[in-house]
Amino acid sequence: MLASITLLLVFQLFGEIFVQALGLPVPGPVMGMLFLFIALVIRGHAPVPLRETASNLLQHLSLLFVPAGAGVMIHAGLLAREWLPTLVALVASTAITLLVTALVMRLGAREQ
Amino acid sequence: MRPELRDLWVYLSTSPLLGLTLTLLAYQMAHALSVKLGGHPLANPVALAVALIVAVLTLTGTPYAAYFEGAQFVHFLLGPATVALAVPLYGQWPRLKRLFGASMLALAIGSITSVVSVWFIAQALGATGQTLLSLAPKSVTTPIAMGISEKIGGLPSLTAVLVILTGIIGAVMAPALLRAIGTRDHAAQGFAIGMSAHGIGTARAFRISETAGAFSALAMGLNGVVTSLVVPVITDWLS
Repeated sequence: MLASITLLLVFQLFGEIFVQALGLPVPGPVMGMLFLFIALVIRGHAPVPLRETASNLLQHLSLLFVPAGAGVMIHAGLLAREWLPTLVALVASTAITLLVTALVMRLGAREQ
Repeated sequence: MRPELRDLWVYLSTSPLLGLTLTLLAYQMAHALSVKLGGHPLANPVALAVALIVAVLTLTGTPYAAYFEGAQFVHFLLGPATVALAVPLYGQWPRLKRLFGASMLALAIGSITSVVSVWFIAQALGATGQTLLSLAPKSVTTPIAMGISEKIGGLPSLTAVLVILTGIIGAVMAPALLRAIGTRDHAAQGFAIGMSAHGIGTARAFRISETAGAFSALAMGLNGVVTSLVVPVITDWLS
């Protein structure tokens, strides 16, 4: 488990360095995910300890969004002023994006 | 408050222990409540935990910055957790190769749909400049969205909140919407959830199945990259 956590951090670090060095608009962890994915494809299998650590970490993925979510309290003023357009836009746009993506994915999968 | 008690409070409120403990306690209570309600999509654990924490901080007069001193340890884990998404994604590699074309098409269309639709709807209803700019990257994962928002002149911390709201809204609505249009394939379900509701959606998608979760993670990662390229161009053109 210790080795797997270290591995995840090392890939995150690679991602950060790569992104900084090339001035890419993508965050380091996303690049780290891509690198780890490529490494696993090249290697041909995912080691069991890594699979267990990843599954433990992802089991409570929701928890990790809580600290940033509580930041809602700093923007209470701005949100209170424009809450209606903001909320309607978020709900409608999220629904539209979800439906459009699901339909395109289905059409595309049928074509293949 | 008795003087000893106040001293204790002053001491504790300067250490990260309270913020960290509060985060874990609130999340576990929210999680237990969500399980008790049969995992109903409306009982979203992130929303419940945030509500609980904001209530406690407001009642005790604790500023968000003091809370975040402790909560940042949980926040930090988002990085390694994002990297860890490569593992379930790799588990779907054979399926992914087969659906490559469809995924790329859905990625391009979904990303543009998200940015353009949120912009026009919010503008039509009277939202102003900085709110619009902060809304534009709402469908991608928090760290990417904050980076985009900063680049185009929005408020990064407002974007973080809007992104999390989007994730909660998406996680709550997704099961019913996907059922309504009859999308039963777990790969398509997951991809649509990840495109519209990033990591919070992905957490929800993993509860549907491993396949849905992996495709949601894939969509979230790819959408982060594409949206960071698309948003500056579209917002520049719209405003």
